[in-house]
Amino acid sequence: MDIQLKRGLLDVCVLAAIKNEDSYGYQIIKEMKPYILLSESTLYTILKRLESANMLTVRSVEHDGRLRKYYHITDSGLKRIEEFKEDWKEIISIYDFITREDNNYE
Amino acid sequence: MNKENFLNGLREKLSGLPQEDIEERIAFYNEMINDRMEDGLSEEEAIEAIGSVDSVVEQIMSEIPLSTLVKKKVTPKRKLKAWEILLLILGAPVWIPLVISVGAVMFSVYAVVWAVVICLYAADITSAAGLFVGLAGIVAYLRAGNPVGALFSAGMGMASVGLAILLFFACIWLTKAVINATGKLILGIKISFVGNKE
Repeated sequence: MDIQLKRGLLDVCVLAAIKNEDSYGYQIIKEMKPYILLSESTLYTILKRLESANMLTVRSVEHDGRLRKYYHITDSGLKRIEEFKEDWKEIISIYDFITREDNNYE
Repeated sequence: MNKENFLNGLREKLSGLPQEDIEERIAFYNEMINDRMEDGLSEEEAIEAIGSVDSVVEQIMSEIPLSTLVKKKVTPKRKLKAWEILLLILGAPVWIPLVISVGAVMFSVYAVVWAVVICLYAADITSAAGLFVGLAGIVAYLRAGNPVGALFSAGMGMASVGLAILLFFACIWLTKAVINATGKLILGIKISFVGNKE
């Protein structure tokens, strides 16, 4: 997949992964694995970016004698997902336009 | 490789980054390895899944813009003392031209590489122009009543165009190679920037 397109999608994917319940790094990677391959360093960059954009908050939870960071989605994070859905509707109509052109040539 | 070695290796290679940034990244990778081990992987396998220290450093560097790295590196970690500032100002006639010339030399080496690419394109265009020379040759030879000469001219013209087509592919390949090498060069600069201990 095109790198630019993938980068835009990844932010929303990570938000979607923590949408229903708070999650932690490895869990996010595991959940996304069937759909999109995500390296640790990429995830780190995305989480940092989303945190500074106030789309998620971080808290450390003690787990099995060590600390684990849990990520919690904020209202603006939820809003970002909704915006993405709206954007995607537009993209689908553009896709329809592109494939319709294809059919005309057949 | 065990976890300690992996994290220490990572810490060392990232030593040019701000301390808190390094610790946060180390903690992140530490958690990742622990969670994988909890998931049933051995320590060895968990680290293997994340990749070698070098490949992780490479990934991290490719995600931080060069300008950010330079800014972090150039900003002094403590306030400069009065005599250091004085020395910087007094030394300016020496170090500023030095910095400029080193930069200029590096820039010219890079420019030479692109000059080679441009030369190849020029050769390609010249070769394609051989078509017109060939056509003009045909007309000239026919006027002089020399059909063999005209045939020769036509052959040369076509050979020239053929060469132009081949050269065109070479041009494209070389351009891509240079762009690719530029990307690798920038990545290399970033890694050496962060890896150097002061």
